[in-house]
Amino acid sequence: MQTAARRLPEGNEIIRCIGVNKWYGEFHVLRNIDLNVARGERIVICGPSGSGKSTLIRCINRLEEHQKGHIVVDGIELTGNLKNIELVRRDVGMVFQHFNLFPHLTVLENCTLAPIWVRRQPKAEAEATAMKFLERVQIANQAKKYPGQLSGGQQQRVAIARSLCMNPKIMLFDEPTSALDPEMVKEVLDVMIGLADSGMTMLVVTHEMGFAKSVADRVIFMDRGEIVEQNTPQEFFTNPQSERTRLFLSQILSH
Amino acid sequence: MAQTRLSLNDPVTRGLFYQALVIGGVVAVGWYLIHNTLTNLESRSIATGYSFLEREASFAIGETLIDYSPADSYGRALLVGLLNTLKVSAIGIALATVLGVVVGIARLSKNFLVARLASAYVEVVRNIPPLLQLFFWYALITEGMPAVRQALEPLPGVFLTQRGLWMPVPLADPAWKAMGVAFIAACFALWGVKRWAAARQARTGQPFPLFAAGAGLLAGVPFVVWLAYGAPTAMSVPELRGFNFVGGVNLSPEFFAILVGLTVYTSAFIAEVVRSGILAVNWGQTEASRALGLNNAQALRLVVLPQALRVIIPPVTSQYLNLTKNTSLALAIGYPDLVSIANTVINQTGQAIEGVAIIMGVYLSISLAISLFMNWYNKKIALVER
Repeated sequence: MQTAARRLPEGNEIIRCIGVNKWYGEFHVLRNIDLNVARGERIVICGPSGSGKSTLIRCINRLEEHQKGHIVVDGIELTGNLKNIELVRRDVGMVFQHFNLFPHLTVLENCTLAPIWVRRQPKAEAEATAMKFLERVQIANQAKKYPGQLSGGQQQRVAIARSLCMNPKIMLFDEPTSALDPEMVKEVLDVMIGLADSGMTMLVVTHEMGFAKSVADRVIFMDRGEIVEQNTPQEFFTNPQSERTRLFLSQILSH
Repeated sequence: MAQTRLSLNDPVTRGLFYQALVIGGVVAVGWYLIHNTLTNLESRSIATGYSFLEREASFAIGETLIDYSPADSYGRALLVGLLNTLKVSAIGIALATVLGVVVGIARLSKNFLVARLASAYVEVVRNIPPLLQLFFWYALITEGMPAVRQALEPLPGVFLTQRGLWMPVPLADPAWKAMGVAFIAACFALWGVKRWAAARQARTGQPFPLFAAGAGLLAGVPFVVWLAYGAPTAMSVPELRGFNFVGGVNLSPEFFAILVGLTVYTSAFIAEVVRSGILAVNWGQTEASRALGLNNAQALRLVVLPQALRVIIPPVTSQYLNLTKNTSLALAIGYPDLVSIANTVINQTGQAIEGVAIIMGVYLSISLAISLFMNWYNKKIALVER
């Protein structure tokens, strides 16, 4: 499935990061990040470990705080204002490397918890929505099971469905396939490709270069807290501009 | 091919042989002990059996929850002791749980001072033997507080002396009983409201302020009953007459020492259990809840606590059992608990075997009752993991 580079309407940014800086104590983890994301855009962020790519997307729903610069998500600037943070989080779904499903709730309850308590949906409505999305990630037949009874790939698909139940405008993926056994990577990537086809705005931190080539509108390469290079996947993989990108690509694609 | 030869190399034969050996040993030792005891009892002409429980105790007990005089039987004296033990255990368990949870959470606080104070509390308290702590609290009252005539009066009508604490109590009034009934009725009503609120939220999505409604119900209904009974306010206030206070209610130094000592000691352990229980829940659970838009309180109540409790309940059960068994240390400071009274009974009657059997039976029953309840609760909240 080839859905590569398309033209997206300009001046329709859903995420704007302006001069974002973050430190962990002395360690400067994000340096002057400027990043605009258009509605419906699909971005893959890659880079060596410790380059700040996870930290960057975690700043977008403020699981991490930035210390300098501005992050505006769908018109709401992220500051210390808790109300605003909660508003942003409702519309930004996140999928974690280690799934983080709630082990004491069934698959269905995992999916309905936030819609019931945050969106205040009636239980029947929340369950109907949840079943729809569980259907979409092809795991509806496991709805009554507990997460511990599922395989890693199944758990990650449930985690994606759980996020989608909040009807988010943006989905963040933090290395969604890194903790999976190799044979389960594809089932998760297939769900993500389906999501991309539906027009969702996606920011994906991943080393799955095949996914980047086929789905991304833009690939961003980060190193040492900076955005070193960003380009269409075509250009990025065939014609990398910087030495650091070439080195990274040679390491990751050499085998 | 049938093997009929008896050999110790055959696991079945070997098992039977060793089991027979062990059973034989146990029977031999048991027979020796029983025979020895019976011979000794006979040579000292002590009759066995529980008939002594009917005889007159003829010793006084300082604190009783039920009517008791020296003319009552040994059986009733032991019952007084049992009730005193249960009183300390029940109040101690409740207070130690509250204090332990507060200290345990405080130790996780981001506030440097709060966290360090809680750590210091835990480290000091759990590393000093409980008996020593009882002596400390007892001495604090009997040595540190003024004599009755120079009593401290921190609040009007409340007196602190070396003979304990005196407080005013409301005079007997039919309203108190009615308010108790009203409170129980309010509990049932709250249970009904809770079910109704859950059903309504499932139907319409509207959450219900259950905490505020519950507090209003539990406090409001008894208050209305109190008003309906003409709002009685008469109090029995302690006052100094001669060498001691009359009226009000007295908390003896012995009761104070055993209660505070065991509460403080056990709370330090419960604090550690609570802390480890909360830390045992992966931080990712909190992050996932927050990322879904749940606020802090919801994340704690709906996601973190249900998982933490599963880790917390079994070790807390052990602490409850420890507290209950440690009430026997009351013997050392003269609080009339079961062991202390049974000791007196044994000294007076010489029925040591029966007395010790009663103590063991009672502690075993209390401990098993607590265990059963906590295991039931643990099962109720346990996870289906795989």
